[in-house]
Amino acid sequence: MSEPLLCAQHLTKRFGGLAAVNDVSVDLFRDRIHAVIGPNGAGKSTLTNLLSGDLPPTSGRITLNGVETAGHSPESISRLGLGRSYQKTNIFLPFTVWDNVRLAAQARERHSPWNPLRWLGRADRLSAVNQRCERALELAGLAPRGPVVAGTISHGEQRQLEIAMTLATEPTVLLLDEPLAGMGQAEAESMVALLQKLKKDHAILLVEHDMDAVFALADQLTVMVNGQVIASGTPTQVRADPAVQAAYLGEEH
Amino acid sequence: MSSPKATLELLPKSVQVLLGTGALTLAAFPFVPLEGTDFYLQMLSQMMILAIFAMSLDLLQGVTGMVSLGHAAYFGLAGYALAFLTPADTPISLWWALPVSALGAGLAALVIGFFVVRTHGIYFIMVTMAFAQMVFFLFFDNKELGGSDGLYVNFRPDATLFGWTGIDLENKTTFYYFTLAVLVLVYAFLRRLLFSPFGRVLSGIRVNEHRMRAVGYGTFGYKLAAFTLAGSLAGVAGFLWAAQTGYVNPELMGFHMSAHAIMMVILGGMGNFAGAIVGAFAFEYVMHFFKDLTKHWQLLMGGFIVLVVVLAPRGLLGLSERLLGKKEH
Repeated sequence: MSEPLLCAQHLTKRFGGLAAVNDVSVDLFRDRIHAVIGPNGAGKSTLTNLLSGDLPPTSGRITLNGVETAGHSPESISRLGLGRSYQKTNIFLPFTVWDNVRLAAQARERHSPWNPLRWLGRADRLSAVNQRCERALELAGLAPRGPVVAGTISHGEQRQLEIAMTLATEPTVLLLDEPLAGMGQAEAESMVALLQKLKKDHAILLVEHDMDAVFALADQLTVMVNGQVIASGTPTQVRADPAVQAAYLGEEH
Repeated sequence: MSSPKATLELLPKSVQVLLGTGALTLAAFPFVPLEGTDFYLQMLSQMMILAIFAMSLDLLQGVTGMVSLGHAAYFGLAGYALAFLTPADTPISLWWALPVSALGAGLAALVIGFFVVRTHGIYFIMVTMAFAQMVFFLFFDNKELGGSDGLYVNFRPDATLFGWTGIDLENKTTFYYFTLAVLVLVYAFLRRLLFSPFGRVLSGIRVNEHRMRAVGYGTFGYKLAAFTLAGSLAGVAGFLWAAQTGYVNPELMGFHMSAHAIMMVILGGMGNFAGAIVGAFAFEYVMHFFKDLTKHWQLLMGGFIVLVVVLAPRGLLGLSERLLGKKEH
């Protein structure tokens, strides 16, 4: 198998005496979806936050595209090619859909807050940014919704917007925290189709509660309970694992 | 869901017409034959200077979402800079005193900003105020820096440019037009900045700084640049104030001055600079009106601000947009 784009080894995050994430290792490869499942409070979102730099790990190593990133700021990790979406919709509500994605796309331009020329140019005339923005909206299926204020679109569309903003930064690794949360049947199906399309060019970590989607999409599955990995493997292997059946799937399947 | 259009960035036609009319009125005012024109010219000059000051604060408060309760420090510092730069017996050249004073205020903002822009919300308000108080007492307690009495600016700056003496700032009308020109320039600059890549990032920081960092913006640099720029522009205003009044004292950088600027911006409407201008004029006008009425004017002033916040949460500009906008449809 090729080199992993993101490689996390023995990640641990302690809040006081509580180990929210305890000795977790994950490898993410291009063209592979690695799903993480587990009951509420299992540490899935904390794991995502460790990988994206929103939280520094207590111990462990993270390598993203060959660079050691544990403890780096979210912005520098983002610039190394990591894009993440949030469990709770985290967008710019007062801005239009287009401006949301445009702002994300602009993050890959040179950052020069001290250059007076950047104070006087027009943001909507940056053609490279506009192209990235257009492409991301097209991919996420939001192209016709550009001029609408993000606070007024449906919940499902806001979830799509989350993904579009992430894509506009042209990441190689995607961390998607419950992209299907609160979506209707039709919306969920189109999101699954989108993730299948994105898989080809990205390494994806998918945190999700929707088991149908997980088993439809995942190439690799990790089950977390109380901050620990209790099973990891292909979906078939995990399904057969007695510990998993007892702790988690047993209740639903 | 809370109102998605919390600030008004794009100005509707009705507001643009209002602003244009206001600018023309200001330009025509010196030609109006009025008793005590000199007095009104000075008063309007001061209002315009405060409008520049309020706009500089709006860059932080309305655009970036950083409410500074110490912005007067930079206003006052530039005023003091002019007082120190002006020799006792001759005026100083405007063309280097103004940049030096504004850059000095900007440098102070850069140094203070380096510490304060790391904080958020209520902590930001507190530390900006704390730093401004330090600056205030530095001048208040030091006889060498003028102490509590302040300093005189003996001459208005000399605007001679390559031997051309067309602008004589000692003339009240000329000074009035010079201030108007600076006001228009600063407004045009800030409007342009609002829609620049830099300005878009500042707006993004106001709405959701966390997400800005997640997509790759090092927000610290942007906030510090905005804080420094706002400090320099406050410096331009403070410089003009010192030149206009011929006098500086610690009150210029005091807590009240900072609080007034915040109220001006809220009164007019935040985040579009036009509101800051409207707010500054309205605030000053109402204040003078109440002062003539009673010595308890501060009570009335407080009531007025509360009323505006309740009736027009987006300020006078938002209110006028609502009223005028309805007629258009």
